[in-house]
Amino acid sequence: MSHASTLNPDYVDETGRPIFHPVEEPHHSEGHSTMLGFWMYLMSDCLIFAILFAVYAVLGGNYAAGPAPKDLFDLPLVAVNTSMLLFSSITYGFAMLAMYRNKVAQTQAWLAITGLFGLCFLGIELYEFAHMIHLGATPQRSGFLSAFFILVGTHGLHVTFGCIWLVTLMIQVGQKGLIQANKRRLMCLSLFWHFLDVIWIGVFTFVYLFGMLR
Amino acid sequence: MSAEAHNEHAVTHEDHHGDDHDHGTYRSYLIGFGLSVVLTAIPFWLVMAGVLAPQLTGLIITGFAVVQIVVHMIFFLHMNHRSEGGWNMLALIFTLVIVVIAVAGSVWVMYHLNTNMMPVHDMQVMG
Repeated sequence: MSHASTLNPDYVDETGRPIFHPVEEPHHSEGHSTMLGFWMYLMSDCLIFAILFAVYAVLGGNYAAGPAPKDLFDLPLVAVNTSMLLFSSITYGFAMLAMYRNKVAQTQAWLAITGLFGLCFLGIELYEFAHMIHLGATPQRSGFLSAFFILVGTHGLHVTFGCIWLVTLMIQVGQKGLIQANKRRLMCLSLFWHFLDVIWIGVFTFVYLFGMLR
Repeated sequence: MSAEAHNEHAVTHEDHHGDDHDHGTYRSYLIGFGLSVVLTAIPFWLVMAGVLAPQLTGLIITGFAVVQIVVHMIFFLHMNHRSEGGWNMLALIFTLVIVVIAVAGSVWVMYHLNTNMMPVHDMQVMG
C-alpha cells in the first residue's frame, strides 16, 4: 500500500502499521479547540434563554390587573434599540475583516464604534426600564412584568458583559497587537456578539411586537 | 481497512487546524445587514400600522423572525455544515431540539393546566 506515507505519524506504530489509537497525545496547537468549546458555551447560553422565553410565554399574559404591554411598550424606541444592535453587529463584522488583514488601528476603530453602539443600546434599555419602574411597572407588579424583566434583563446583562469584554480586548490588542491569542479572543467575542443579536430578534418579535398584538 | 479510513480522516482533520474559518467578506456582511434591515423593518411596520388582522400579523412576524435568525446564522455567525468538522452544526441541531421541546412543552402543558383548572377554581369561589 503506497499511501502509508500519507498516514498521520500519530496513528502508526514503530513498524509503520496503522493503529486505532495514538500511543501519545497528538500535538495540537494552543487554542485549537477554543472555537468549538466557545460554541458549546453559546449553545448552553441558548438553553438559558429558551427557558426564559418559555417562562415569558407562560406568564406573559398574567397582568394581575396591572399594566399590559400596550400601556408600557414604545415601539419606535424599540425599533431604535434594535437598529443599535444591528449596527453594532455589522461594525463588529468590519472589525473582524480588518483583523484578518492585520490592520491594528482599523480593528481598534471598528471595535470602538461597536462598543459605542452597544452602550447606546444599554442606555436606551436602561431608560426604558427606568420609565417603566417610574410608572409603577416594577418586576414585582405581575407575572408578566417578572418574566419581562428577567428575560430582557438577562439579555441586557449579556450585552453589558460583552461591552466589558470588548474594552478588555481593545486594551489587550493595544498592548500586544494582533497576536494569534488576541485574534482567537476577538473571534470568540464575535460569536458572542452576533449570538446576542440573534437572541434580540426573538425578544423584539415575541416580547415587544407580540405584546402590542395582544 | 477501517484503520486506514480512520487515519485518512485524522490526516485531513489535522490539515484543517490552520486558520480555515469562514471569514466572510464586506459583501457578505453587507448582504446580511441589508436582509436584516428589511426583515426587521417589515414586522415593525406591520405591527405599528396594523394593516392586517392580529393573528395573521403574528404568523407573518414569526416567519420573519425565523428567516432573520437563519440570515444571521449564515452571514454573521458563518454557520455551515463544515465548520469545526461538522460539530458546530451537530451541537446547534441538538440545542434546537431541546429548545423546541422546552418551549413548546411548557406552553402546551401550562395551557392545558390553565384551561382545566379554571372550572375547579370557579366552583371553589361559588362554594
